[in-house]
Amino acid sequence: MIDWIQLLGNSAQQILSPVTAAYALAALGLAIHFGYTGLLNFGQAGFMALGAYGYGISTLTFGFPWWAALLVGVGVSIIFALILGVPTLRLRADYLAIVTIAAAEIARLFFTTNTFVQYTGSANGLQGYKGSFEEVNPIPPGRYGFGPFTYNEYDWWVRIFGWGLVIIAALITWRLMKSPWGRVIKGIREDEDAVRALGKNVYFYKMQALVLGGVFGSLAGMVFVLPRAIVPSNFQPTLTFFIYAILLLGGAATVLGPIVGAIVFWVALSFFSGFVARAVEVGWLPFMSTVQAGQLQFILVGIVIMLLVIFRPQGMFGNKKELAFVK
Amino acid sequence: MSSNDAVPSSTPTKTSGLHIGEPAPGVKKVDPIIVADHIKRSFGGLTAVDVEHLEIPRGAITALIGPNGAGKTTLFNLLTGFDKPDTGEWTFDGNSIAGVPAFKVARRGQVRTFQLTKALGLLTVLDNMKLGAKGQSGESLTKAIFPWFWRKEEEEIEARALDLLARFKLDAKKDDYAASLSGGQRKLLEMARALMSEPTLVMLDEPMAGVNPALTQSLLDHILNLKTEGMTVLFVEHDMHMVRHIADWVVVMAEGKVVAEGDPHEVMKNPAVIDAYLGSHHDEDLGELDPSITEAVKELADDDADEIKH
Ligand SMILES: Nc1ncnc2c1ncn2[C@@H]1O[C@H](COP(=O)(O)OP(=O)(O)O)[C@@H](O)[C@H]1O
Ligand SMILES: [Mg+2]
Repeated sequence: MIDWIQLLGNSAQQILSPVTAAYALAALGLAIHFGYTGLLNFGQAGFMALGAYGYGISTLTFGFPWWAALLVGVGVSIIFALILGVPTLRLRADYLAIVTIAAAEIARLFFTTNTFVQYTGSANGLQGYKGSFEEVNPIPPGRYGFGPFTYNEYDWWVRIFGWGLVIIAALITWRLMKSPWGRVIKGIREDEDAVRALGKNVYFYKMQALVLGGVFGSLAGMVFVLPRAIVPSNFQPTLTFFIYAILLLGGAATVLGPIVGAIVFWVALSFFSGFVARAVEVGWLPFMSTVQAGQLQFILVGIVIMLLVIFRPQGMFGNKKELAFVK
Repeated sequence: MSSNDAVPSSTPTKTSGLHIGEPAPGVKKVDPIIVADHIKRSFGGLTAVDVEHLEIPRGAITALIGPNGAGKTTLFNLLTGFDKPDTGEWTFDGNSIAGVPAFKVARRGQVRTFQLTKALGLLTVLDNMKLGAKGQSGESLTKAIFPWFWRKEEEEIEARALDLLARFKLDAKKDDYAASLSGGQRKLLEMARALMSEPTLVMLDEPMAGVNPALTQSLLDHILNLKTEGMTVLFVEHDMHMVRHIADWVVVMAEGKVVAEGDPHEVMKNPAVIDAYLGSHHDEDLGELDPSITEAVKELADDDADEIKH
């Protein structure tokens, strides 16, 4: 028989999981890029990788404390955004898409190659960089919480830190998008020449948006690796596509969408994969092996995204009125 | 087009005495706001614009006319920094603005609209308007997060926007998405939005194109109002009745060149203008021509007939 309590418990754990927080943060960055400014960034995984490695390498190689390592990760992502933006933001939107996906792959391969193994750990990645972050944990050792949400002090610390960042990023995004700055950004999404004709430096605004969303991406990368090790294969283009899926699920030009989208995405994915794995075990799906069952969840993600785009293109939190005018 | 019922209710006051000497292409103006020299722009083998010398008179309404493909829009793009010429120099308000990027040109007070209307569809009508205001401190990323820096300024901008919207009869739509407006309302919105920046020169590319005749009346009145408020207007238009009625000066382009300039009543009689519209089709039967050309020629003829009646 299927252990429903455990299955539901495992799924519910995704609500607070630092991975969910990381995806929410990365999706918020993408909401600024794509949802509000109309920038096609297909390299959010690259920003996450730079955040993760910037943090890991600064700690392990240079012995930086956690906050300095965090600043290095953020700084590196700003430079990355400038390198991507300077040549492409004056061109048509699709140039940025091509350049970002390529640059994110270059970054990942750079971290995977053996040449810099003493800094990057090449394909094995990095670990053991948590010390300084662990030291500032104010929570005394022990296990806290209830039911499926019972964690030790470090797991709680990572969750508080990760979701704290999500909340701060969401508040900043919310404030910005209600401000005149947000108005310019949304205007650029609609028609950048019209905004130019009104005397706004469109190039500069696009650059600001690219940097800001990229910084959110790099912070997401750090949150993503704090509970585990840094593994370069985690930062493949599929990561960017999952974040796009979350963004579309929640609503591209919304603040709550990316956050709730990330939670729904991970809870649903966990429930489904758990269910299929157990169903195969108890023989409900005799035509399927456990390995096949593992792949099934990604087929489902694809189907859900397709249904979503067809039946609710504005996402869960998107404005229904907008739908009438989708170009 | 049933343009007769769209003519403004009051007879507009014409500004005269704008030029020095005989009206001819490139004629000097008493007080030019734009002076352009040797502006040339080619696309591959096609020379879209080749203007030797052109001056736009300040404080007046100048119409830029000419058949499709004459280079009017391209000239607009060049003068406003949206396109770069192969050669050419031009000044706005006495300062050279050749090579100045479009957003800086707009900041100096030379604001344009587009032939294909650019309403920002998924912004509300009010947000479209507010976006037009210049020098907003809330548009800086660092100040944007702290509303107390810009709240007061925002209120002033909103008041000004609502006032303009009321004048353009769009106030009832202020909270609707601009995408929900009709074509004519979008033209009105684009013009009103341009005025939010308090320009000195307003350049309108075919402001009446595709506008429902019921709205052309109010569009015309608005253009005339701009002059009353001290702005200079340069607009592209096909409808000869409109041009004759509101323009103080007319510049005629054909195949990239300025072929005639003058008072709207005089310039229509200039053989170069008839030529421009008919081109090499002089001897052909009008019925076989492109309908837009026959239309223009009929209007030229109509104008002369009107003249006699009055
Ligand atoms: N971006 C472009 N690329 C190639 N040809 C162009 C471009 N823009 C305009 N043209 C050509 O330049 C000529 C002038 O066009 P345009 O300025 O739009 O004319 P008008 O506004 O007077 O109708 C036309 O022959 C047009 O096809
Ligand atoms: Mg044109």
